[in-house]
Amino acid sequence: MRTIQVKKITEEVAQMCKEAAYYLPGDVYDALKKGRETEESPVGRDVLDQIIKNAEIAKAEDRPICQDTGMAIIFVEVGQDLHIEGGSLEDAINAGVAKGYTEGYLRKSVVEEPLFNRKNTQNNTPAIIYTKIVDGDKIKIQLAPKGFGSENKSDIKMLVPADGVEGVKKAVLDIILHASCNPCPPMVVGVGIGGTMDRAAVLSKRALIRPTNVRNAHPDYAKLELELLDLINKTGIGPQLGGTTSALAVNIEWGATHIAGLPVAVTICCHAMRHSERVL
Amino acid sequence: MAEKIRITTPLMEEQSRKLKAGDSVLITGTIISARDAAHKVMTEALARGEKLPVDWNNQIVYYLGPTPAKPGDPIGSCGPTTSGRMDAYTPTMLDQGIKGMVGKGSRTPEVVESMKKHGVTYFAAVGGAAALIAKSVQKYEVLAYPELGPEAVAALTVVDFPAIVVIDSEGNNFYEMGQAPYRRL
Repeated sequence: MRTIQVKKITEEVAQMCKEAAYYLPGDVYDALKKGRETEESPVGRDVLDQIIKNAEIAKAEDRPICQDTGMAIIFVEVGQDLHIEGGSLEDAINAGVAKGYTEGYLRKSVVEEPLFNRKNTQNNTPAIIYTKIVDGDKIKIQLAPKGFGSENKSDIKMLVPADGVEGVKKAVLDIILHASCNPCPPMVVGVGIGGTMDRAAVLSKRALIRPTNVRNAHPDYAKLELELLDLINKTGIGPQLGGTTSALAVNIEWGATHIAGLPVAVTICCHAMRHSERVL
Repeated sequence: MAEKIRITTPLMEEQSRKLKAGDSVLITGTIISARDAAHKVMTEALARGEKLPVDWNNQIVYYLGPTPAKPGDPIGSCGPTTSGRMDAYTPTMLDQGIKGMVGKGSRTPEVVESMKKHGVTYFAAVGGAAALIAKSVQKYEVLAYPELGPEAVAALTVVDFPAIVVIDSEGNNFYEMGQAPYRRL
């Protein structure tokens, strides 16, 4: 059995928090460039120029792309033949988030209780952690810091089987139209279809981790991703002030569901679709 | 893009009323940051009949919670946050004399009505262009509520801070004007 020290996990997570905040993934940068080439609105092109320049400054100077450095959403796959030594996995991850957000001059945006007190925890913990046990002796950590300008516009619809593909398209489009200019478009749209209400929401989050230039492995869902992207780019929302580049990509993840159900969750991400990944 | 209009603070009502939806502006002077928690605290103080620690008359409010400044920098990344979350508090704040708001995203009809009444302009900065926007900020000084951390009320000294008029004092909405030609559903 292979052993890993929690200290190693903490160090890597800290580094990942900084990387994700400063460096826009190459696929997202390329998608912004492509959007700039095809954008029809002159104002939209000006906005895209500023967004692209911003990503370049952030990367060159190690600065956060956005002041909302988000809640740390972390997907962990733990090999069942791996022994984690020196403390709990969850504590190690949270220690890494606290270290990364503090050392990296990232904004601490987490309150410990949502309704009455809303006291800032001062170190951006706790992270939202999803853990899965898998084969093997490695640990895979995927971090996607999530800003709340876009998160607040995310939504879920509990459709029924008769709603079908057209119902899914309408549900996604309604959520996007309601979000409009608010979630810092051009957006990256994560869609979770199937499962239960909670499962669909997690699938929509997981969908965002896939690069924007990789389509779903299932051809029907890959086709639906492109059809949805086309629809969203016809809304006129554009890069915040109107135009044809409303979204950079639509990523769908799907899962088994009940005979009576067709849950559809949409997580909207802004143009700063940040993520970082490690296999240890 | 059309010629950019240079404006300096304080922003007087007469000047604000001249700005039109779609105008690109460069703001120089002092703008004051406040977001969710500060708006809550300030409107609660006003409801108790208290005086606010900052005089908002003819000021521009910036809906912002920056990242911490790195050593040697005046401020961290500092782009706009979603203005709509401030809508519930905004008419009360506009009664305090605010003449400009900088943020991003749509506003409620109640806010627009209050803007028309007081001659207020709503500007948008580019959401998520936070490292770029930081280049136009020379100084960040907390004025009130330091306990709110990134949500404190602070004075930002800005030079040529880029923004666009998205709702003018007559209620014209550039978000709607900008989207309409490209809506092809």
